Amino acid sequence: MADPVASAPKRVLALGATSAIAEATLRLLAEQHATFFLVGRNAQKLAAVRDDLLTRGATAVTNFVADLDDTAAHPAMLSHAATALGGIDLAFLAHGVLGDQPAAEKNYAVAEAILHTNFLSAVSLVTWLANYFEAEHRGAIAVISSVAGDRGRKSNYVYGASKGGLNIFLDGVRNRIDRAGVNVLTIKPGFVATPMTVRLPQGPLFAQPARVARYILRAIEKRKDVVYVPPFWGLIMLIVRSIPRRIFKKMNM
Amino acid sequence: MGNPGSKTEPTPQFESWGRYPKFQSDLVPLHWTADFPLPHAPSTKQLPVGLGRSYGDVCLLENGTLLQTAGMDRLLHFDSATGMLRCEAGVTLQQILDFAVPRGYFLPVTPGTKYVTVGGAIANDIHGKNHHVAGTFGRHVLRFEVVRSDGNRFVCSPVENPEWFAATIGGMGLTGLITWAEIHLRPIVSRKIEYRGEKFHGIDEFFALSQAATSEYTVAWIDCVSTGRNFARGIFMQGDHSETPGPLTRSKEAKLTFPINLPEIALNRFSMAAFNSLYFHKQLGKQKVGPVDYEQFFYPLDAVLHWNRIYGKQGLLQFQNVLPDENGREGMIEILKAITKSGLASFLAVIKFFGDVPSVGMMSFPKPGPMLALDFPIRRDVSFALVDRLASITLEHGGRMYSAKDARMTPQQFQAFYPQWQEFARYIDPGFDSGFWQRVTGRRPLLG
Repeated sequence: MADPVASAPKRVLALGATSAIAEATLRLLAEQHATFFLVGRNAQKLAAVRDDLLTRGATAVTNFVADLDDTAAHPAMLSHAATALGGIDLAFLAHGVLGDQPAAEKNYAVAEAILHTNFLSAVSLVTWLANYFEAEHRGAIAVISSVAGDRGRKSNYVYGASKGGLNIFLDGVRNRIDRAGVNVLTIKPGFVATPMTVRLPQGPLFAQPARVARYILRAIEKRKDVVYVPPFWGLIMLIVRSIPRRIFKKMNM
Repeated sequence: MGNPGSKTEPTPQFESWGRYPKFQSDLVPLHWTADFPLPHAPSTKQLPVGLGRSYGDVCLLENGTLLQTAGMDRLLHFDSATGMLRCEAGVTLQQILDFAVPRGYFLPVTPGTKYVTVGGAIANDIHGKNHHVAGTFGRHVLRFEVVRSDGNRFVCSPVENPEWFAATIGGMGLTGLITWAEIHLRPIVSRKIEYRGEKFHGIDEFFALSQAATSEYTVAWIDCVSTGRNFARGIFMQGDHSETPGPLTRSKEAKLTFPINLPEIALNRFSMAAFNSLYFHKQLGKQKVGPVDYEQFFYPLDAVLHWNRIYGKQGLLQFQNVLPDENGREGMIEILKAITKSGLASFLAVIKFFGDVPSVGMMSFPKPGPMLALDFPIRRDVSFALVDRLASITLEHGGRMYSAKDARMTPQQFQAFYPQWQEFARYIDPGFDSGFWQRVTGRRPLLG
């Protein structure tokens, strides 16, 4: 048996598989001949991702078109994935929306939609997955959260709240199922140059998805709990979190 | 409004490798082959761009919309028996090498940088050190898809829409967006290149070495600074893929980045003479033979990212031409004399004989004969005047210049170099345009 401390998962369920960070990470797993079950909304995009992963060395790829906002459909989809893969080693959650913060400030329905996609749908998926892995006494759940969940900022607090809630939820799940041998990894990317961030002004802090993916894979292999990607964001967020509230509320962040 | 000289223009978000000219434009990253046509058609003209490694304005469009293809970077299929790779057009040659070398395959044709996209390689019908045996990149392209701004999509190959195949290879991105392509890779058994470097003095020795050369890859570095006894000295470099099975590992990533824009004064007659002399004497003996890594042989400059910053913010002017065999010797001597006399040449000058393998593209640059490529720092009046003079000499000798390297050709010169330009123009997407095309069709004046 391979060294459990640093081995790549072989049977991978990817939720939101057409997101740029997910795709970059899946490519690295494909090079190690993983088998994939990919879930996304767009069949054509999923097909391109499947072709790419197969070309790079994936053993097999199954595509499944679904809108992950539909939480009622999660249990059936997840048990189908577990059957199709012959068991799941890694569940990788990568779906999410940045949302329209100014619109969300004025309209609760917009805020609710962001919270539903980024937080509630993830809660639904992780609830099923945690029970699945707990019964298996093995496996890993890796979830893409965000540095935005570390502190509420005026410029994106609805998105931040969805990720902050997710972080707390994952902390709790980890504390529950770690003893069953299940790893729960919270991934906190900073700025990554992806379609989601295309409207933000790009600066030197932006990282390419391929670079971020290498850090994510390493964290998965080492069964980390929480990882900032690229790692320098850990330092940035340490500083951001330590700014006194009376100063922070005057700042334009 | 002040006069133009007093106003500081914001740095454009997208520059070509020569960093001249500088144009403002909108950038739209494409991530999927279905992302184009854009859901909301822009009011401006559009132009697909890859990594911006062409030197002049062929990848620029002032006040236009640049469609950035680098996000379309999926490998779609690979046949390990035949070496056929299908990939999206934003895949870079670096990404192909990282994928293919461990599988025992190599690019069929590569330029001096691996930081170009497949779409850009087709659009400029690039060539490499094996042109005399392999022809241009386009010869190794089996099929691709072109998407027009009206949403029409069609597959092109030598047998499907062959006229669009020919117009798009070397078509400078103007015939529509290339979304994916199939290219034929060549097998290798090792990363190693069996290298042979030989010093030469003067153009006749270079011609003799070229005639005698038997290798798949040939190129020469030529000193364009020294005069007198050292005029046109250089190092003739040959290489072949090693036939001894050896390492097929993936390359490490370049770690060095040229950190700053050097001031204009840094590149001058004296520093360039010193550089050229150092390079010539780096190889001690008359000959040097042995295996080298392919990175070192093909991509020495890629080891330093953003090396164009050596030329400072104002950028550099690249010149590349080819002369027909019959006028080659006389023309090249005239050109080299003009360059050495100017004292403007830099260090990066290469000379090579193109072979007679025909190009597939209607607007492809190579044709049989000697070709010269080098760059100059931009010193407004003097370097522009020099390149304009080199263009005239090229025209007088029946040669032509390379659009991907050019920022100075006049419409008259371009239309004489490429008399088929009007036939090509019929294939241009009505929604597309480029700074180069505006210039060489007389719709934009040459900038001083």
